[in-house]
Amino acid sequence: MQKSNAGLVSRSFAVLAKDIRLEFRSRYAINAILMFGITSLAVVSFSVGQSSLPPVLMAAVFWIVMFFSAVSGLAQVFIREEEAGTSLVLKLNGPAEPVYLGKLFFNFLLLSTMSMIITPLFFMFTDAPTDGVVAFLAILLLGVIGLCAATTLVAAVIAKAAIKGALFAVLSFPILVPLLLPVVNATEIVFDGGAFIDISAHLQFLLAYAVIMIVGSLLLFRFVWEE
Amino acid sequence: MYRITVENGAKRFGPRKVFADINFDLKTGESLAIVGRNGAGKSTLLLCLLRQYLLTKGTLKYFENEKELENDSLKGRIGFVSPYLNFYTQLSAEENIRFIATVKGVNVTGKEIDSLLSKVGLEGRGADLVAEYSSGMYQRLKYAVAIMDNPPFLFLDEPTSNLDSDGKGIVTQIVEEHRAKSIIVIATNEQEEYSLAEKQCRVGQ
Amino acid sequence: MWWKILLFVGMSAMIVLSFTTLAPQKQIGESSRIFYYHIPQAWICVIAFAMSMVFSIRYLMTKKIKEDDKASEAARLGFIFCLLATITGSIFAKVTWGSFWNWDPRETSIFVLLLIYGAYFSLRGAVEVEEKRAALSAVYSIFAFVTVPFLIFVVPRLVPSLHPADSVVDQNLKFTMGPTIRMIFFSSLALFTALFLWMFDIGRRMHRVRRRLAESEA
Repeated sequence: MQKSNAGLVSRSFAVLAKDIRLEFRSRYAINAILMFGITSLAVVSFSVGQSSLPPVLMAAVFWIVMFFSAVSGLAQVFIREEEAGTSLVLKLNGPAEPVYLGKLFFNFLLLSTMSMIITPLFFMFTDAPTDGVVAFLAILLLGVIGLCAATTLVAAVIAKAAIKGALFAVLSFPILVPLLLPVVNATEIVFDGGAFIDISAHLQFLLAYAVIMIVGSLLLFRFVWEE
Repeated sequence: MYRITVENGAKRFGPRKVFADINFDLKTGESLAIVGRNGAGKSTLLLCLLRQYLLTKGTLKYFENEKELENDSLKGRIGFVSPYLNFYTQLSAEENIRFIATVKGVNVTGKEIDSLLSKVGLEGRGADLVAEYSSGMYQRLKYAVAIMDNPPFLFLDEPTSNLDSDGKGIVTQIVEEHRAKSIIVIATNEQEEYSLAEKQCRVGQ
Repeated sequence: MWWKILLFVGMSAMIVLSFTTLAPQKQIGESSRIFYYHIPQAWICVIAFAMSMVFSIRYLMTKKIKEDDKASEAARLGFIFCLLATITGSIFAKVTWGSFWNWDPRETSIFVLLLIYGAYFSLRGAVEVEEKRAALSAVYSIFAFVTVPFLIFVVPRLVPSLHPADSVVDQNLKFTMGPTIRMIFFSSLALFTALFLWMFDIGRRMHRVRRRLAESEA
């Protein structure tokens, strides 16, 4: 058997492929996250009825649904390893960073799949204006990246704690406040008829936030994974 | 030439003492049996050797040609068989081996996987999900993974648990095959298993 | 010992002076005296959090459990001072603004700080094994601290609705500090810092004693 000098990319990709395969065979995380999103959207729609929401509330509703869907499903990818006791075999055989990157990308795929289904439903339910849809999608993409960047490390932390579910939301929220405030604000501007240029500062900030959270996570992850 | 040394190793969890005064020094070609009654801390000692737990006191060092091995370069060098080790039950045996090989950074061909599986008596079962395996087959699969790239260190915790006499024969054969090229550490409380190793280290009273 | 007496005398003198000299801000009047207490508390809240982060990094580097004791002790005191700063700030807001809470950027950031501390202690409560608890909470405290600059410097610029241009707090920061006020303020800052370090030292030693006791019993 040869040493293959497998690099960071191929190892991360192996972790990702393994998690996708497991997900297809169990559909644990995607079901949880999707049902959470749809249910909470439906609840909002029921309670609002025929009256239309002002832009600021529409933006808030959308991101509240996104936040809680994220914390309902994004920890699964680590909890699965801890509960099945499979993390040991990963830890013994390879470095930590590919595990983080694989799981980060898995969470990104999970949350973007979910938002691709949730977003059309949201526009149907709330009658949000669709003029600025490109700007909206840009915010959504960076928001999803930021959500995953900040919560994947927290997911690894809570997977090792005793009460996982509640703890994930509690630990994630304070870290996500700097993301949620501008993201809601930018969405509101778009719903209010704002143009791309009005939110460009927000988008830059969201990008910076995601980059810093990913770099921070990469530096810290091994201390969680290998403690 | 590899070497592993433990000096005055001691471990406690909070106030609870698990073991103390563990000393050994092993070179490639040597083997050690860790013995002691149930709960004496054999498995904990193995997990300390694997750097999954920190020793509370004492030192643990790995060497390659008298040069100390860092934690990172130790990754993938230790073959480990243990009741604590789990594979992905929703993947097939083959998928598990392939995945672990990529994480380790080794290339495996389909042929090599077949020969690994037949060595542990699992020929023809590589495509089955691990969830469908019996506990004895699961234990055999652990050997296939542990020896896939002839690791310089081979740590076996309760090596023959769940195995039939045929499986025990396979374990003996694997240990004999790796005796010359690896450092073998066996944690056990069964007489016939510690005869597999030359040296002994007692944990607990 | 001598410095503890000095601290006691100094603290008493500071308290007396803070109530007997002229109010530091004429427009706001008597209630502006809270300034002598509120700002040192907020200052210690940040210092404690930064200390907790430094000890957390040191724990991850050395894996010595005493670093974790220090990190958690600093966080515990930081939480207390953060709570005090929130309460005093809220009282001040009521008097000058007319309501206890307005989601001004400063209020938002101190609220998030409280949440981070709260999350930190929930996490510690949820992990039994000491080494694991230390590593996980250290990582969380470092990671959370990374987001704080965003919150304090960037978000207020982006989210205008939260940042009233005529922020009363901002005007108040431009205290025309006469020599007396300056003297009281800076001695209060120094005294609170000394008090905090003393409390920190006691807490740290208590952790050590507790650990020794547990070990000798076992």
